[in-house]
Amino acid sequence: MKILTSNYITCAVKACKSSTLSFPLHFQDAELVQEEVDFNAEFIVGILPRIEWDALIVTAAELGFTNLPAQKPEPTEEAPLGEQVLKDLHKLLLETQVTEGKLVCGNCQHIYNIHQGIANFLLPNHLV
Amino acid sequence: MNINNFEDYEVEHVHRVYEHIAPHFSATRFKPWPIVESFLRNLPIGAVGLDIGCGNGKYFTVNPNVYIMGSDRSSNLVRIAHDRKSQDSLVADALDVPHPNSRFDFAISIAVIHHFSSPARRVASIRSILAALKPPSNDEHDGGKALIYVWALEQKNSRRGWGDGDPQDVFVPWVMSKRLPGSKNEADKHNRQTPEGCKADGDQGGKTHDEAKEGKDEKEGVTYQRYYHLYRSGELEADIASAGGIAIESGYEKDNWWAICAQR
Repeated sequence: MKILTSNYITCAVKACKSSTLSFPLHFQDAELVQEEVDFNAEFIVGILPRIEWDALIVTAAELGFTNLPAQKPEPTEEAPLGEQVLKDLHKLLLETQVTEGKLVCGNCQHIYNIHQGIANFLLPNHLV
Repeated sequence: MNINNFEDYEVEHVHRVYEHIAPHFSATRFKPWPIVESFLRNLPIGAVGLDIGCGNGKYFTVNPNVYIMGSDRSSNLVRIAHDRKSQDSLVADALDVPHPNSRFDFAISIAVIHHFSSPARRVASIRSILAALKPPSNDEHDGGKALIYVWALEQKNSRRGWGDGDPQDVFVPWVMSKRLPGSKNEADKHNRQTPEGCKADGDQGGKTHDEAKEGKDEKEGVTYQRYYHLYRSGELEADIASAGGIAIESGYEKDNWWAICAQR
């Protein structure tokens, strides 16, 4: 699972979606790999306004990345983001992947497993 | 239909089948359908969306300027999608998707919701897709949009020949040959010339579910029966309306009904 995906993941239990505790889910015992992805500066510029920055900071810290700015970069026409900033974001959001580990809901505490890079969100019958 | 538990029914007649036929199914699913392709190509750069029931992820590579998270009930198909090293994929149920509401620019769900075996579950699956989309602001068409495809009852020109008056709830056999997927046999050649991924190869003529049997055929290999609800004209738009959405555009393409919908 890519870090960008985790910014778009919450608990699969319907009752949890209205709780602010269910987003983002929390990583535990995460194993990471870096996998090269073609760099696309325009894509990063396009995706940045869509990201929930506070959630990304929480996720990144859980995975050991603590150097994100506290505020989302706000590029303007006069001051676009530098290439290095875009490349750093590209590396974190798209090239960093969680291969093994768990995602835990902060509301219901349900644990979703990630195995070989794929998270499984199928619920046991009693939670459906 | 006399079904006590729709979910158990789908586990038996949809999920288990796809789990078994995944590699063979995937080997016959590679050509994007034109309307899906143009929907994805016309998205703005940096758009974020979902592919609900992504199967082998054949739409992941259409537009590298958007981000797609594909999900499917079949972990075997998700494994194949994940191995594309493009976009991202996860295992999830379309009725319990692990995504926050109101964040997505787009969604696609291609040949998926016809596998839900009750009207309520089909509407619920559409409601779940709509909920994920960005809601429209006052300017009506600026919210997220979803493209949904379902198999049509009206397909007199297909070799199944279904049409008005035929049963809408059917079993469609998938014959898994003993040959390896991708082998150069006649059936595969036929598949490669057929743009409609869902419509060729292992797909055989349909039967009503009363007639359906699962079993072995000496020559052909193993036959699996998949449940489908065949949509009649107007039914997809009606289901979208029941789910609280609106069909912005809709149409018929090669044995399928499709609609581009949004929150109302």
